[in-house]
Amino acid sequence: MPESKEIRERMIRIAEIIIEELKLEDITPKSFDPDMDLVDELGVDSMDLATVALVLQDEYGVFIDEDDYPKLKTVRLIAEYVQSRLQGRKDRDS
Amino acid sequence: MQTVSTLLDKDWYERYKAISRLNIRSSIYDVTNRCNLRCKGCFFFSSDEHKAAPEEEDSGKWEEFVERERQRGVNLAILIGGEPTLYLDRVEAFYKRLPTYCATNGLIRIPRDRFPGLMVGISVWGDEEDEKLLRGRDVFAVSSRNYAGDPDTYYLYTITPRQLGRTERVIRKIADVGLKVHMQLLSNDEGVNGFSWTPSQLAEIRVEMDAMLDRYPRTVISCRYYHEVITTGRMLGRPFSWSECPSVTEPLDNRAPRPKRLIRFIRWAADLKTMHRCCTSATRDCTTCKDGAAHMSWVMVNKRAHMRSARDLQNWIEIYEMFAKLYRFIPW
Ligand code: SF4
Ligand code: SF4
Repeated sequence: MPESKEIRERMIRIAEIIIEELKLEDITPKSFDPDMDLVDELGVDSMDLATVALVLQDEYGVFIDEDDYPKLKTVRLIAEYVQSRLQGRKDRDS
Repeated sequence: MQTVSTLLDKDWYERYKAISRLNIRSSIYDVTNRCNLRCKGCFFFSSDEHKAAPEEEDSGKWEEFVERERQRGVNLAILIGGEPTLYLDRVEAFYKRLPTYCATNGLIRIPRDRFPGLMVGISVWGDEEDEKLLRGRDVFAVSSRNYAGDPDTYYLYTITPRQLGRTERVIRKIADVGLKVHMQLLSNDEGVNGFSWTPSQLAEIRVEMDAMLDRYPRTVISCRYYHEVITTGRMLGRPFSWSECPSVTEPLDNRAPRPKRLIRFIRWAADLKTMHRCCTSATRDCTTCKDGAAHMSWVMVNKRAHMRSARDLQNWIEIYEMFAKLYRFIPW
């Protein structure tokens, strides 16, 4: 299934947050491979993830459970996670 | 952009992947305020931490507490004291629920039929002469009889400045009883004369620690980068200090900016309510702190800072592996 524009934009925004928060150099949100393993390739640890999660929480108003960090392996998986949380909220509210 | 796989060759990358998701979440517990020794320089007694809170004596409360700790996400319980083996029911409350490491002076033998596989770290403070001077007796003579050949036990050797040039004897004695050893440095909390480190002594002991690792690779659990960091107090040009220390109890950590730190780390007093400032003495001067675990953790939480070069990242991997071996997340 082709990815939706919404997911694509969200991935770019998440990449931007990661670049900003982790002060990454030589990479732009657009050139960020959404399937790059954040731990195995970028060396991200759980404190880095906690920092990113806080920004995501502020921005999207979704709670990211620390126990879910191991699932958030790539930008794509983070975007899908945020999406499912937002969807869950919409379903509850409607 | 530098990534882990562009920095490392295949072997190192495999080593990295074997530890990169371990997510070790440790906390430290004072099991009791009592001890069957009174070592000069013991941070626990010298800073009156044994008076910080009365002990919880109800073993049911210990069981409930450990269950709460498990639910809080702790996956490594480090038991200290006082002497934890004086209260085996409390040790058992942890052992039944969590990967547990028990620090001990080794005077009491932990019954292995009741605690198979429990990780045990025995303290040794030098050779007979130093142990008698600092601990009142040759503790090693007893602890080595109690634990000889135990596959889940190692010695935690606190090296004092007086041990310069004499560490090999201690390492060999440990190898001879079939145990492993990890080295750390005395912080001399009680200012015992002649036991505070000078810069030149620290440089000398670093060379000696490296030599012990080279000569006894099957006995010594360590790595050169750890020796460098603990003896120089520097990592990647940064000095170890209060503002960098990763081992501060999280709910008491009001540092701003907050450094990279151990997530969910708490050091609990034996009343199971009071929290201590950090993994060691609350009165210790951070600029002279030589706590081995705090230095190791300092490196471990600063992984991405070590992605400057292949050598730096390999150094990080070696320290993480050492820690993971000491607490048996990976085999020795
Ligand atoms: S054995 Fe350990 S707890 Fe007991 S006095 Fe010595 S250093 Fe302190
Ligand atoms: S005394 Fe050592 S372990 Fe405690 S806060 Fe200071 S540097 Fe950290």
